[in-house]
Amino acid sequence: MALKIVAACVNCWACEPLCPSKAISAAVPHFVIDAKKCSECDGDYADAQCASICPIECAIVDAAGVPLNPPGSLTNIPPEKLAALA
Amino acid sequence: MATTTPIEIGKKSGCSASSCGSTSDQMSHLPEHIREKVFNHPCYSEQAHHHFARMHVAVAPACNIQCNYCNRKYDCANESRPGVVSELLHPDQAIKKVIAVAAAIPQMTVVGIAGPGDPLANPERTFATFRGIAEYAPDIKLCVSTNGLSLPQHAEELSRHNIDHVTITINTLDEEIGAEIYPWVFWNNRRIRGRAAARILIEQQQRGLEMLTERGVLVKVNSVMIPGVNDEHLKEVSRVVKSKGAFLHNVMPLIAEPEHGTYYGTMEQPSPTAQELQSLQDACAGDMNMMRHCRQCRADAVGLLGEDRGAEFTMEKIEAMEFDYDEIRARRAAVQASIAEEMAKPKVQVATVSLSSLKRRVAATPPVLMAVASKGGNVVNQHFGHATEFLVYEASASGVRFIGTRRTDQYCVGSDHCDEGEDKLALAITALDGCRAVLCARIGITPWEALEAAGIKPDSDHAMEPIEEAVAALYTAMAEAGELEIAGSVDASVA
Repeated sequence: MALKIVAACVNCWACEPLCPSKAISAAVPHFVIDAKKCSECDGDYADAQCASICPIECAIVDAAGVPLNPPGSLTNIPPEKLAALA
Repeated sequence: MATTTPIEIGKKSGCSASSCGSTSDQMSHLPEHIREKVFNHPCYSEQAHHHFARMHVAVAPACNIQCNYCNRKYDCANESRPGVVSELLHPDQAIKKVIAVAAAIPQMTVVGIAGPGDPLANPERTFATFRGIAEYAPDIKLCVSTNGLSLPQHAEELSRHNIDHVTITINTLDEEIGAEIYPWVFWNNRRIRGRAAARILIEQQQRGLEMLTERGVLVKVNSVMIPGVNDEHLKEVSRVVKSKGAFLHNVMPLIAEPEHGTYYGTMEQPSPTAQELQSLQDACAGDMNMMRHCRQCRADAVGLLGEDRGAEFTMEKIEAMEFDYDEIRARRAAVQASIAEEMAKPKVQVATVSLSSLKRRVAATPPVLMAVASKGGNVVNQHFGHATEFLVYEASASGVRFIGTRRTDQYCVGSDHCDEGEDKLALAITALDGCRAVLCARIGITPWEALEAAGIKPDSDHAMEPIEEAVAALYTAMAEAGELEIAGSVDASVA
């Protein structure tokens, strides 16, 4: 059971100090979560802290690769507009 | 509630010749103790910004809210707007950069932390940077700009540092409007959305404002004018924040271009025109000292307002530098003293004589906007083609007043469009929308013709003249030549 930071990460540091398991660290090209330490905040918080402050959609995914913040969920930009931007 | 110092123009000897009586200097409305604090702050004084420089250090990457005009992909060298940086700094790097800039630009008097996220969402990094600067360069003023969400918990610490200005961005007092501007806030370990999010943010901002003014910290309020969302409401914001002790209110235009990838950019939310912005600023000015010359700088800007020398101070270059702190301090003190002396000299003043004669002759003509290309010194002294910004004045039968600045690079969209004469000219003409004339030191034939075609009268006859005198003279000349007839009356006769 662990979350993962993927390429969309912009290295903004917001998640790092919040992690109750100290599982997050700065790295190149982007921050990483130590899967051995990550508890998905189970027992500490109702919501995974990294995913609750992360401003970038799809930057944090669960073990199945599903983004905790899917397209449009943080910016309210409709997914079809997002697709047109990319 | 905080006691506000009564705003009055110094009646006794406290009234300094350099700022009193000039309609273009908003500082003249401020009480003496505030003017003392801000006289050498480039962001607060139209006069100071020609002499003193500022820098932002980008040490605060994290943010705890989302605003619909912001996007967190903050690395673009071609953009000039808040929230954008090229190089994120650790506090020790930031301190070194401040010392390097302080040595190279002795007139740099102000260091701000403004992002690229929210300084108070990164309190350790922000306060470590302030402590280091206070230790190595105690003469530098410190500023911080925040969305206000974490302000109450840090207000006490802010008041203990050498921080005399805090800027809070307050876009609304109404949670319904807030829900349209802020999709979420991070609060008590949860992401909160909608009206609940806006309610928390608004409460924290207002409490933070009160706590700072109670502690004697100068607070400026920034608001982003978003047409159709909060534009009318900002008049109330202005009244309320003033009643709580904010000393300046800075209404800034929304910047929203599709290529910025923000919600407003993507959804094609219109930005206000220069004239819409001006009329809102005028409407708010009755209640509040307004700030007309904000340049909406990048979160890593370095230099005089409107210029950015950030590229000279990359960490790679700074790491190689050696510093002699005593020598730097002595040189800074000398340079700043000579600037203060220069500023204290009676400056070329508003041409009151020509204005009163103007009143007689052109009482029937409408007010018009005129733009000026100036490198500083309150003089028309810049080549049109070199201007990256214009000072805009309103000339009317009752006088000449400073309205604000228009930047030509604000909306630069990337390298394809940069540095090409034709596009630069097009950007300048867009920036001058609504102006009837532009005064400059010199101008080429191509831009001259393009300006005329756009209905803007180019003028270089007043080169090297004091700005307000030049604007008044040109207004009089245009009025006498019948160039300022009210358009409506012409239409009426045609109809």
